[in-house]
Amino acid sequence: MSVLAVSGLQKNFGGVRAVDDVSFSVAAGEMLALIGPNGAGKTTCFNMVGGQLAPDHGAIHLAAQNVTGLAPRQIWRLGVGRTFQITATFASMTVRENVQMALISHHRGLWRIVRAARFSHVAEASDLLGQLGLDDQADRAAGLLAYGDLKRLELAMALASRPTLLLMDEPTAGMAPTERMALMALTRRLATERGLAVLFTEHDMDVVFGVADRILVLDRGRLIAEGSGTEIRANPQVRAVYLGTGATSGGH
Amino acid sequence: MLNRRTLLAASAASLAAPKILRAQSSTPIRIGEINSYTAAPAFTLPYRSGWEMAVDEVNAKGGVLGRKIEIISRDDAGTPQNAIRLAGELVGDQKVDMLAGGYLSNVGLALTDYALQNKRLFIAGEPLSDALVWSNGNRYTYRLRPSTYMQAAMLVEDAAKLPAKRWVTVAPNYEYGQSAVKWFKLLLKAKRPDVEFVTDQLPPLGKIDAAATVQALAEAKPDAIFNVTFGGDLTNFVRQGNTRGLFENRAVVSVLTGEPEYLDPLGEETPEGWIVTGYPWAAVQTPANKSFTDAYQARFKTAPRMGSVVGYALVQSIVAGLTATGGTETEKMADGFGGATFETPIGRASWRKIDHQSTLGAFVGKTALKDNKPVMVDWRYVDGASVLPDDAEVRKLRPAT
Amino acid sequence: MDVVLLQLLTGLSGASSLFLVAAGLTVIFGVTRVVNFSHGSLCMLGAYIGWTILTHLPRDPAWFVAGVLLTAAATGLIGMALEMTLLRRVYRAPELFQLLATFGVVLMVQDITQWIWGAEDLPLPRGRWLRGGVEILGGRFPIYDLALIGVGPLVLGLLWLLFTRTRWGTLVRAATFDREMVSALGVDQRMLFTSVFALGAALAGLGGALGLPQASANLNIDLTVITDAFVVVVVGGLGSLVGAFLASILIGVLQAFGVLLLPQATLVLAFLVMAVVLVLRPNGLLGKAQATARSASIACLVRPAPTALKLFAMAALLVAITAPFWTEPFLLSVLTEALISILFAASLHVMMGPGGMPSFGHAAWFGIGAYTVGLLVGAPLPLALPLALLVAGLIAAAFGLFVVRLSGVYLAMLTLAFAQIVWAIAFQGVSFTGGDNGLLGIRRPGWALDAGNFYWLTLGVCLGGTLLLRRILYAPLGYAIRAARDSAVRAEAIGLPTNRLRLAAFTLAGAAAGLSGGLFSYAKGSVFPTYISIGHSVDALLMVLLGGVDSISGPIVGALAYTGLYDMLLRATSLWRLVLGATIVVLVVAFPEGIAGASQRLWHRVRPT
Repeated sequence: MSVLAVSGLQKNFGGVRAVDDVSFSVAAGEMLALIGPNGAGKTTCFNMVGGQLAPDHGAIHLAAQNVTGLAPRQIWRLGVGRTFQITATFASMTVRENVQMALISHHRGLWRIVRAARFSHVAEASDLLGQLGLDDQADRAAGLLAYGDLKRLELAMALASRPTLLLMDEPTAGMAPTERMALMALTRRLATERGLAVLFTEHDMDVVFGVADRILVLDRGRLIAEGSGTEIRANPQVRAVYLGTGATSGGH
Repeated sequence: MLNRRTLLAASAASLAAPKILRAQSSTPIRIGEINSYTAAPAFTLPYRSGWEMAVDEVNAKGGVLGRKIEIISRDDAGTPQNAIRLAGELVGDQKVDMLAGGYLSNVGLALTDYALQNKRLFIAGEPLSDALVWSNGNRYTYRLRPSTYMQAAMLVEDAAKLPAKRWVTVAPNYEYGQSAVKWFKLLLKAKRPDVEFVTDQLPPLGKIDAAATVQALAEAKPDAIFNVTFGGDLTNFVRQGNTRGLFENRAVVSVLTGEPEYLDPLGEETPEGWIVTGYPWAAVQTPANKSFTDAYQARFKTAPRMGSVVGYALVQSIVAGLTATGGTETEKMADGFGGATFETPIGRASWRKIDHQSTLGAFVGKTALKDNKPVMVDWRYVDGASVLPDDAEVRKLRPAT
Repeated sequence: MDVVLLQLLTGLSGASSLFLVAAGLTVIFGVTRVVNFSHGSLCMLGAYIGWTILTHLPRDPAWFVAGVLLTAAATGLIGMALEMTLLRRVYRAPELFQLLATFGVVLMVQDITQWIWGAEDLPLPRGRWLRGGVEILGGRFPIYDLALIGVGPLVLGLLWLLFTRTRWGTLVRAATFDREMVSALGVDQRMLFTSVFALGAALAGLGGALGLPQASANLNIDLTVITDAFVVVVVGGLGSLVGAFLASILIGVLQAFGVLLLPQATLVLAFLVMAVVLVLRPNGLLGKAQATARSASIACLVRPAPTALKLFAMAALLVAITAPFWTEPFLLSVLTEALISILFAASLHVMMGPGGMPSFGHAAWFGIGAYTVGLLVGAPLPLALPLALLVAGLIAAAFGLFVVRLSGVYLAMLTLAFAQIVWAIAFQGVSFTGGDNGLLGIRRPGWALDAGNFYWLTLGVCLGGTLLLRRILYAPLGYAIRAARDSAVRAEAIGLPTNRLRLAAFTLAGAAAGLSGGLFSYAKGSVFPTYISIGHSVDALLMVLLGGVDSISGPIVGALAYTGLYDMLLRATSLWRLVLGATIVVLVVAFPEGIAGASQRLWHRVRPT
């Protein structure tokens, strides 16, 4: 059974239909890329799956459970970790404390008031930081990190709750090409080892075609193509969208 | 092991002993004075001038009990919590012999309570609240000015003679305003059972919405108005009332409006014929007032206000109490002040034994314009003793302390 | 029917006066994000300057208009000077810090105005035309008030033209949306801010001068105007001129009918309106959601105190514990009050710092605790004090449900509205709270009568309470509260219930403040509505901001510095407001991160960790 199943998703902003009748699913261990030009509705889709936005129509299922319209917090509880297109971390805490915060929440230690937070889940936090190559940054303020490192920190926080589904909105933005490949390789490994389902958006087509098991293409809110890298590359509609926009902007 | 108290006692003895020795010979009698100098400067600055002048005069004549008097003054910034802290400083650090002062009623009451708790004498100058000598009165507290009750009672006599039957009231929304209205209604009803009070306006103190208040009062179509607003509220009220014709063909009875600090700002817009309590300083030709106003103007180059009289009389009343007591020991002063009689610029008064209220009175008269300047006319001095309730009533109002 | 119409006209004329002062405040806030507490002072200066100018001019309408415009120009120049000498230096400081600077200005202007114009109210002699009225439906209505009704829309229209039809106005509007973009366009942002501030100040001066025919120039205008103006601006939506206009009409008209129908409620009517509007529309009538004011680049890590600081704190504690052995009784009572202030300030810090919720009404919780003790006459101290904490905490928890959904200045103003309502209950509930005369005769039990014993009790409760708050802030709960402040979206995405966390911080702050208020009642032996006054809330705010919002040492240092300074100046000079104000201004310019924050920075510069 699929980890995430989305059917007939729709979202309007004012008169604009940002997402129109989108359906797809992700299986355990699968990496699904969501691509499309700017404004195609990728982030809106993400925010509906993550609970930040409520869909106007359609349903979202995690495993067998209908989670449509649930709050982000509840969706997180059901095993969904996510990163944001515009990174969101706790600027007044160190990198390690950011991860510890996520671990505290995961281990339901939120309302404790006796033991200092910085002694919580130290080993587990180090382990996560190690996996993402953030060891040497661990004691820096998150607000001072480079953009690529922030992306990694977000991933570390997302992984803290041992999710079954990972939502990554442009996970490699701001990274050098080698870093990108390393990060996606790590994600790939986690997906395989833990049976983690990954839904991600990405602008770098090398990354998309390099790691995605399957690719969805959105254009103006509609799903216009779905398939493997080879299939997508060969799809004339996709080529029209990508090349067409390029041709249009060049033509005027 | 050293006990804290022995340590303290030892140091206190070594420090204080020479002081006490000196005190008995020639050190001044120290009066700790607290008032709202920054919060209510229009009243308290003339008040300060008044007591400064009185202190200098007393000391020039050789002081009292063979000692000079000295006032150590503090600003409470308008809050009772500051007043209590400063009282502690004056008593503890400055070693004053008594406390005095107060403008706001809550500051006065805070100091009244302090006096009771710490067994110190407190002479309240200006605060008007009845509670100061009645419900919260205690043996350590005396109060100089005519209270809210007395102010209302002075006006009721004239108000009862008016033909008016339909009354409205306007008073600042706090204890003073509410008490004044309460007493006025009670006392007037007792004299004139046929009057009715149709509307009470309670604008917030210092924030009157004068236009709306005047409009609402006019709507009630009263024969007469009882006003308790003062200061900036009064100016706004009078201006809106004048333009909207509220006071035309209506009697107005108004507390404190004849005091120069509240009357002068009304300027040429002063409505004529209001029945008020106040202080017609230039018109009162008694020798006491004449010499006071002359000396005051010579020294400060400005006209005296009611506050000036209160500050001046405060010192006179203390001097009289000290003379009657013959010393500065608190328990003796608490008893000894009672019955002492003193002269003030506006008349002779004494400290009552029964409730520690002074019998200082006030002038009741009518407002008028003379050369486009506001004055009081047809005034008479009403002795405070004549408007206070009888002793049985007072005993009921003042729980045994 | 005629009653309704006359009262409506009266309300509309009041609305115009409200709008004039609110317009300046909202224009300044919209562009500079400065919460300008000195706006009322500018209005007061306008009234006094206007009085001086107009008393020297002939009393006819043309000269009146000329004098008023001249006054506005003069006040605008004062505003410009204020912006260039002071505010310009503190724009980059953390949110609300400018409030501290402008509060210093308020204090200074009070003394300066009194020095120049004297203590007595100055009424403007009115010419015949100013006193005239017209007959409307059998009632007489002042011509001037009628004219005022037109002035509000006129000023709104002129401002609209200024903002939409001039290049300057376009830039200002752009700056309201995005400051960085405007500076990227190569516009001199400093000139833009200065001119906007001058415009706002001129509007304040205009309002002050136009009030003269109705009210005298007096020394209370500043604080009266500033609360009214804040209420109008917040109800309308920060930065929205049309919103401020609608809000002033709403409040002005309601006020007029309130006086007619429910005279007792006039004390809090405006605040009730604000509370209702904010609960229904968290950004005011026409306001937009505020961008998060705290920029992510400011990293203020909460680090464990360095050893030297711990040693210093231990030494200070030792001094504090032994104080009754070596101090005079008065100093001991000052120290007792300082300790209470520390807990009071620390409780606000929990809300404001880690909680990210500034409060303009923190004295409410202090007062609730104080009145709890005051009303429980006869209850033993060991029962009354915990009850003060409990009652304040419970009410904070209930009220917090509405508050925590708001943010920034809106949240702060809702707390102010609540504090004013609590204050009004204490002030007007004469039968059970004693009104402004307060509750007297709160006596400590025998063992605590001794000043030394009571001092130790206070030391134990206040330091214990403050250290417990500190403990909580370092514990997972405190981290979670800070996480919710840093990034609500991230916090939710890792399962943190942000609203419940904010509510927890709010409740904690309320409970601790209530405890400090309860102790204060015992220290003073009486309770008064002044404990809940705006002034007391501002005191708390000043202590926290002065010390620094980033660590718990901030409120401790701030409380000690502020109470010490205040007490010293109050006793030393009659010009204490001028000196205190100037000191605050200097501290703000010198230490924009607060005293504790500045010391921390210096420490880490000397000893990098």
